[in-house]
Amino acid sequence: MFFLKILFRNAFRNKLRTCLTILGMTIAILAFGLLRTFINAWYAGVEASSATRLVTRNAVSIVFPLPISYKDKISQIDGVKLVSHGTWFAGVYIDEKNFFPNFAIEPKTYLELYPEFVLPPDQKEAFLKDRKGFVAGRKLISRFGWKIGDIVTLKGLIFFGNWDFVLRGIYRGKDETTDETQFFFHWDYLNEGLKKRGHTWADQVGFYMIGVTQPEVATKVSLAIDDQFKNSLAETLTETEKAFQQGFIAMSGAIFTAIQIVSFVVIIIIMAVVANTMSMTTRERIGEYAILKTLGFRGVHIAGLIFGESLVITMMGCLLGILLLFPAAKIFRAELGNYFPVFNVERETLFFNLVASSVVAFVAAILPTRRAIQIRIADGLRRIG
Amino acid sequence: MNGEPPIVEIRNLSKSYRRGSQIVPVLNEITFDIGEVEFLALMGPSGSGKTTLLNLIAGIDRVDRGTIKVEGIDITSLSEVELAQWRATHVGFIFQFYNLIPVLTAFENVELPLHLTGLSRSERMDHVEMALRLVNLSHRMDHYPKELSGGEQQRVAIARAMITDPTILVADEPTGDLDKLSAEEILDLMERLNSELKKTIIMVTHDPRAAKRAKVLRHLDKGVLNNVLSQNPL
Repeated sequence: MFFLKILFRNAFRNKLRTCLTILGMTIAILAFGLLRTFINAWYAGVEASSATRLVTRNAVSIVFPLPISYKDKISQIDGVKLVSHGTWFAGVYIDEKNFFPNFAIEPKTYLELYPEFVLPPDQKEAFLKDRKGFVAGRKLISRFGWKIGDIVTLKGLIFFGNWDFVLRGIYRGKDETTDETQFFFHWDYLNEGLKKRGHTWADQVGFYMIGVTQPEVATKVSLAIDDQFKNSLAETLTETEKAFQQGFIAMSGAIFTAIQIVSFVVIIIIMAVVANTMSMTTRERIGEYAILKTLGFRGVHIAGLIFGESLVITMMGCLLGILLLFPAAKIFRAELGNYFPVFNVERETLFFNLVASSVVAFVAAILPTRRAIQIRIADGLRRIG
Repeated sequence: MNGEPPIVEIRNLSKSYRRGSQIVPVLNEITFDIGEVEFLALMGPSGSGKTTLLNLIAGIDRVDRGTIKVEGIDITSLSEVELAQWRATHVGFIFQFYNLIPVLTAFENVELPLHLTGLSRSERMDHVEMALRLVNLSHRMDHYPKELSGGEQQRVAIARAMITDPTILVADEPTGDLDKLSAEEILDLMERLNSELKKTIIMVTHDPRAAKRAKVLRHLDKGVLNNVLSQNPL
């Protein structure tokens, strides 16, 4: 208790310097936390992916389709529990700036395969019955103010023309990592239209989602699916949902690496700032440390005082930074919600902030402590007066 | 010394400092004893080695050659950790500039050395209150050093020096930063500690008025202790 009292009083002996250092630490932790949250938001799809789901796409590229006839063949493979499919529609609502993901799906199997999209039973039934119906996440609904029964028209960028849909259901995520900004409608409705227009994507789908009986059979099932369609016109590439999501993220790998580096550079800069503060502090108090040594206090006590003070300063900055992180993330979520539907400050980020602050406190105090411990008492006492 | 064994025995003590490539001798083959309940004043010109000798006796500096025994313990053979523990229990320090910790109150400054003991909080409080009563500063215990006069700060420093009931009190120019009146008060107090509480005091001073209060006076000059070791002629 006594030492804690000294730590806090020492920390605020030079109020301006300490407050500026705490402010620097707060900003650094805020920046570090936001960058980590940004990275986590990017990885949200990966984190939310299931170990019992596989994704099969065209082996050449995701932009090429697969025949609908593959569905039955995939269903017959050992270990496959359920097969659904989806097609990226790329529809635009009024203006391109109103971007949101929209997919043509096979509703029944899709909703069964993705229980994280929670729909009220009556809305689910209404959606399944209406070929022109669609469901959307509640964030998307609140963004555009849609109501059940509203007719929404999307302009197709791949599948040209205007497509009308009727809102039949609003889903919510099972947990906060679920994307609530998506728009799903019947693939049958799309296919019917494509057939009428003689489009090459008629009776084709973008990708298959496959539920397996247990995670252990995922590899075996993947190989079996790809073997099945080897040497066909549309060879397949099957991977876990996680690997599929990571494939998208890998396209932005360089940006990610840069963000990661910047987040650590921020910590290194603040480390230098705190080290400078602790150096000045220790230099000013070298006489006092000599007095403490004279009274019988040992190096371990002096080290405790310096490391403790460093920790007090960094932790105050860290806690302030963490407190500000939540409203800052909320602002980011509001501004970037269209692109990062899941922008939540995770526990892991808070833990990293605390670890980073502790490391800063520790590293910043090493040299000043060494100096204070090594100085001879007589030399230290000579600095007083 | 009344035939009693000396409390401090110094034998063939030498000490030098390195200044760049030069070695500067400070103390040269010093040998003398300090008796129990002695009030010794060490005088001498600047650079004569008074403070160095005091630091060596107090265990805050290391000898080059020779031995120092305090109550029979050869402190020159102790490790740093042992020496720190020894200082905490055997030596009370009084400095020219008081050397109080500015963020601690008078009470907390006096209490500081007791944190190295196993005393409980209430025991520590009793000790500190007693020590502050001794120096007549009970009414100022909650004041920070900057709120006290120089004389009061030095009295707090004396209370801190006394709090562990040390074997010896070492004082380096204890009146050097004080006005005449405050200096007299401090010297009165040190005399009382010596005569009433039977504390052995070793004081380095330039001030003849301070030296006059000591029972024994020794002169150091160029690292050599004068042979004249009479009772205080002042």
